[in-house]
Amino acid sequence: MTSAGSSTPRTRGRRGDRPMVPKAEFESYYGRPVIKAPSWAATDIAGYFFLGGLAGAGSVFAAGAHLTGRPRTATALKVSSLAAVSLSAAALVHDLGRPGRFANMLRVLKPTSPMSVGSWLLSAYGPAAGVAAASAVTGKAPRIGALGTGAAALVGPAVASYTGVLAADTAVPAWHGVHRELPYLFVASATAAAAGMALVTGPTGENRPARCAAGLAALADTAVAAAAERRLGMVAETWREGRPGTLLRTARVLTVSGAVGAAVLGRHRGAAIASGLALLAGSACTRFGVFAAGIASAEDPKYTVVPQRETKRT
Amino acid sequence: MSEERVGFFTDTSVCIGCKACEVACKEWNAIPEDGLELTGMSYDNTRALGASTWRHVAFVEQPRPDGRTRLPLADGQQAAEEPAPDGGEVRWLMSSDVCKHCTHAACLDVCPTGSLFRTEFGTVVVQQDICNGCGYCVPACPYGVIEQRPADGRAFKCTLCYDRLGTGLEPACAKACPTESIQFGPLEELRERAALRVDELHRAGVTDARLYGHDPDNGVGGDGAFFLLLDEPEVYGLPPDPVVTTRDLPAMWRHAGAAAVSLLGGIALTFVLAGRERR
Ligand code: SF4
Ligand code: SF4
Repeated sequence: MTSAGSSTPRTRGRRGDRPMVPKAEFESYYGRPVIKAPSWAATDIAGYFFLGGLAGAGSVFAAGAHLTGRPRTATALKVSSLAAVSLSAAALVHDLGRPGRFANMLRVLKPTSPMSVGSWLLSAYGPAAGVAAASAVTGKAPRIGALGTGAAALVGPAVASYTGVLAADTAVPAWHGVHRELPYLFVASATAAAAGMALVTGPTGENRPARCAAGLAALADTAVAAAAERRLGMVAETWREGRPGTLLRTARVLTVSGAVGAAVLGRHRGAAIASGLALLAGSACTRFGVFAAGIASAEDPKYTVVPQRETKRT
Repeated sequence: MSEERVGFFTDTSVCIGCKACEVACKEWNAIPEDGLELTGMSYDNTRALGASTWRHVAFVEQPRPDGRTRLPLADGQQAAEEPAPDGGEVRWLMSSDVCKHCTHAACLDVCPTGSLFRTEFGTVVVQQDICNGCGYCVPACPYGVIEQRPADGRAFKCTLCYDRLGTGLEPACAKACPTESIQFGPLEELRERAALRVDELHRAGVTDARLYGHDPDNGVGGDGAFFLLLDEPEVYGLPPDPVVTTRDLPAMWRHAGAAAVSLLGGIALTFVLAGRERR
C-alpha cells in the first residue's frame, strides 16, 4: 500500500534539487497535479509564439529598412512577416481542430481574454502585413504599400508582446509567476528572430541595423531571462531542469553566439547567414523552452502548492 | 443576477465515499464514461475532476500523521484510538470535489468566445454550441476543474445542474447524497450553516476541521461551492491559496504595452545606431 496524501511525488528526470531554497515540506493527493496543464500541442502554440514574434518584430524592421533606403531587406522582411503570420494563424486553427471554430473567436472582443484581444490584433495585423508584402513584391500601389508597412509596424509590436500575456494569464506557475517579465522576454526574442531573418535574407550591404539589433536583442534576452528566473524562486527549477532547461540553455547559446557572430563577421555573406540562422533557432528554442517549463510546472503539484503555502502564511 | 446566488456546501466530515454523487451526476447529465482502468493508488479510480467527471470523490487513505484527524467521525466524535497491528494507524478522508463556481472565475474571464457565462443563479456554465475548443480555460482555472474532451476538443465541467435549477429542482449530486455531505442552497444560508458545523466539530475536539473557499475575500472572491475539510487543502488535491490570474491582468497589459513600445523604440534605435552602410 502506498502512503497516500503525504507522499512526495517522484519528479521526472530531476537530477537532485538545487539547494537554492530549503526543501519545502509539501503534501499532495497521490502526487496528482493540482491544476490542469493546457492540452495545447507545443508545435502549434510554442510555434505560434515564435512565428507571431518573428512576424511582428519583422514588420517593424521592414518599416525601418523601408524608411532608411534598404529596399531589399525591407521587401524580404515584409514577405517573411506575411509568411510567418499566415503560418501562425494556421497553427492556431490547427490547434482548434476544426477551422470553422475560428469564427467564434471574433464573436466578442473581451479585454479580459488575451486570446480574444490577440485574435482581433491578428485580424488587424494580417491584412496590413499582406498589403505591405504584396506591394513590395509587385512594385504596385507604393502608397498603399507604404500605408500597410506603417500599419503593420505599429500593430506588429503588440502581436509580438501580447503572447506573453496569453501565457501568463493562466494558473500555470512557471508562466504566471513571470507575468511582468514574459512580455519583455518575448519581444527580445522576437527582435532576435527578426534580426536573424534580416541577416539571412538581406544583402550584407544592408545589414548593419540587423547586426546592431541582434546585439541589443541578445543583451535584453539574457538579462530578462535571468530576471525571470530570479522572480520565480523555487519554480525556476522548471526553467533549469529537464527538457525545458536544455531548450532554454540552448536558446541562450544560440542567441548570444548569433549576435556575436553577426557583430564581428556579419559583413561576410556566409557568416551573416549562419549567425541569422542561429538567432532564429535561438528564438524558437526560447519559445519551446518557456512552453515546456510551463507544462512541467503544471504537471507537478509541488509548484502549485509550495508557493501558495508561502503566500498563505504571510 | 435575477435569482439569489446558490451553491454547494460540501461537508466532508460526513462523507462516506459512496460515490452516489458521481453516479447521479453522470446519469443526469448523460456524461460519457472516461475509461475503466484501476489506478492502483486507492479506491479512487476516478482520479480527478475532468471533462467527463464533474463530481469526484477523493479517498485519502494513509497512515495517520501524528496528531491529525482520524476518520470516520461518528457524531462529531473521532473514531476509537485502536492502534493497527503494526503499531501505526490508518485514516481515511473522503471528499466530493466539484467546480467551485468562483465569484471571479478565471475560466470565464479568459474565454475568448464568450462561451462561458454567469447564470442568473450566480453559477458558471459553458455554452457548448459556442465553445470553439481553444482550451484556454483549462490552464486558467486555478483548481484544475475544466477540461477538454479529447475527441471533441470542447470544454466541459459542472453546470450545477443548470437545467434542474431552472425548474426548481436541486442538483442531482446533492439530491443523491445519502449523508447530506453535499448541501445545496442559497450561498448565504450555506455559509451560516457551515460556520455552525465547524464550531460543533471544534467543540467535539476535531481541531483540524476548517472551511475552505467560504471566504468572499479569498483569491477568487469566494467559491460558489465551498467545503468543510478535516486537513490541509493540498491533502485533498486542492490548492492552498488559489488566485484568479486576471487579478494581475491590468499589470500584464501594462507590461505588454511597455514591451511593445520598447520593441518599436529598440528597433528604431538600431537604425539610428547603424546609420548609413559603409561602402
Ligand atoms: S473552479 Fe475553475 S472551472 Fe470552476 S468556475 Fe472556478 S475557474 Fe471556472
Ligand atoms: S475551450 Fe471553449 S469554454 Fe474554454 S476558453 Fe475556449 S471557447 Fe471558452
